[in-house]
Amino acid sequence: MQTQTKTADNGVNVETLLTAKAAITETPEAGQFTWRTRSEWTGGVESRTTIEGFFGLGEEQARKAPHTIDADHPEQFDASDKGATPAEIALAALAGCLTAGVAAVAQHRNIQLRSVKATVEGDMDVAGILGIDADVRNGFSAIRVTFDIDADATPEEIAALVAQSQKRSAVFDVITNPTNVRVTVA
Amino acid sequence: MKAVTTIIVGAGQAGLAMSRALSNRGVDHLVLDRGSVGNAWRAQRWDSLHLLTPNWSNGLPGAPYRGGPEPDSFMPVSKLLIQLETYAWRFGVPLQSQTAVLRVSPSGAGYRVDTSQGPFHCETLVMASGACARPQVPALSVAASSAVFQTTPAGYKRPSDLPEGGVLVVGASASGAQLARELQLSGRQVTLATGWHTRLPRSYRGRDIEWWLDTIGLLDERFDEVDDIERARRTPSPQLIGAAEPVDLNALQAIGIDVVGRLSDVRDGQALFSGGLANACAAADLKMHRLLDAVDAWVAERGLDVDLPPPDRPAATRLPQSPALQRSLTDGGICSILWATGYRPDFSWLDVPVFDPRGRLRHQGGVVAAPGLYAMGLTFMRRRRSHQISGVGADARELADHLLGHLDSRRAA
Repeated sequence: MQTQTKTADNGVNVETLLTAKAAITETPEAGQFTWRTRSEWTGGVESRTTIEGFFGLGEEQARKAPHTIDADHPEQFDASDKGATPAEIALAALAGCLTAGVAAVAQHRNIQLRSVKATVEGDMDVAGILGIDADVRNGFSAIRVTFDIDADATPEEIAALVAQSQKRSAVFDVITNPTNVRVTVA
Repeated sequence: MKAVTTIIVGAGQAGLAMSRALSNRGVDHLVLDRGSVGNAWRAQRWDSLHLLTPNWSNGLPGAPYRGGPEPDSFMPVSKLLIQLETYAWRFGVPLQSQTAVLRVSPSGAGYRVDTSQGPFHCETLVMASGACARPQVPALSVAASSAVFQTTPAGYKRPSDLPEGGVLVVGASASGAQLARELQLSGRQVTLATGWHTRLPRSYRGRDIEWWLDTIGLLDERFDEVDDIERARRTPSPQLIGAAEPVDLNALQAIGIDVVGRLSDVRDGQALFSGGLANACAAADLKMHRLLDAVDAWVAERGLDVDLPPPDRPAATRLPQSPALQRSLTDGGICSILWATGYRPDFSWLDVPVFDPRGRLRHQGGVVAAPGLYAMGLTFMRRRRSHQISGVGADARELADHLLGHLDSRRAA
């Protein structure tokens, strides 16, 4: 007798990811990626970032069309609020990365997702960026991510999805670990 | 040049078990060791180390555990060495000690083995020099080099080996957890940098965890049965000690150890720790409960719930609200670093193209990707218990059969 197993469909092609994993395991050079953004000041404290090509799989890669992100600051800072604050964009990047991870891991574990919502809060004492107190760091003092997930899974399985998504998240790593950053003038 | 059918490199439990398996099959062989029986146990482990597996579980092929007075105790390494020496003597293991293997290269229908005692030729070779031959130290140790004294569990013998003052123990697996405890109890302030780790209780529902792993069949799970063998092989060793005391992060914090995230960089004299500690702990707790769920399910299926104490799950890992993200290596607080960042086997002497792009040995359950070449004692090599003392018997039998088949086909050709 054959048992019928339900196949989850979260719209993630896990086969492609597994094929890429096998290929890069054999050819580590193909795994060397460089992500890239280009930004331009658009007046005030606003900027527009355009994201187009990247390097990976051994060559320059193109997209069908570029993406743009507008950054600005809120009116409370006497800015025009035409875009999100860069610090908020960093929180959005964290949520985007973890959510993608939850979806991919769920697909891999054959867990059907119905909804995945993430709320991210980052605490910041602006005494740092305003130069009021040198002992206060500029960045977040703490970040909290809260997931609200509806899926065909036990609470333990959902907790494991969220744990694994952090384990394999680029942005979670970027935020939780130091990275050498060098800024130069062309 | 001396010729022998099979050379076994290493006279630890894996090499000795293989020697006996070959003797039983009439294969002429020689066991080489750079020191003597159990060299790594003798030379590269610390004084206080007791085995992590209880005495009843440490039988060897042909010499099972036979009702000793303390089946549930954990023997010190000195006692294991006596056990291994007795075993080698009893089964007439053809051992040539004080013979370091310098290079193994293909030669004719076999291998040339250059050693500190001259060259040998063999048709088949078994590498049994251990899964934990070489301590693995991350590259960032260089950045810390001038500031503090640094050592590894392979070089450390006792707390007085370290200078006075605080110690940063990097890595919270079996070695790191045990040594963090020993150093804290010696009066030093220990900071324990904790990345991905494996949490296991020493005992559960009245039985040692090793008994459960053995009984529910987990230790006999085979390398070709698990979903992702590479991941299974990378699983960190569990936070256990050869004693009744727990050495999980709750117990270590209770004696005053400062638990911080994974050491991610050393910069300007500051050790920087990951902010991802909470997830590393959450993941370890989840995996521990999954294992204990499997134990409970096994018990329930057999209707044994009434005979056993109820589930006694360890409490969730407790962490400070904001674990430290950095510690100075220059202000006198931390005077030494103990890198408990894992071990690797050492095949630096193997001049045969059997390595993957990351330098790891290519093998299928110990059958290496070159004819007549075998490994023994590696982590999850053929089964989950492969690297344990209890794991070498079955692996040696199966690989000795394979080796014999190889010799037969060679000789028939």
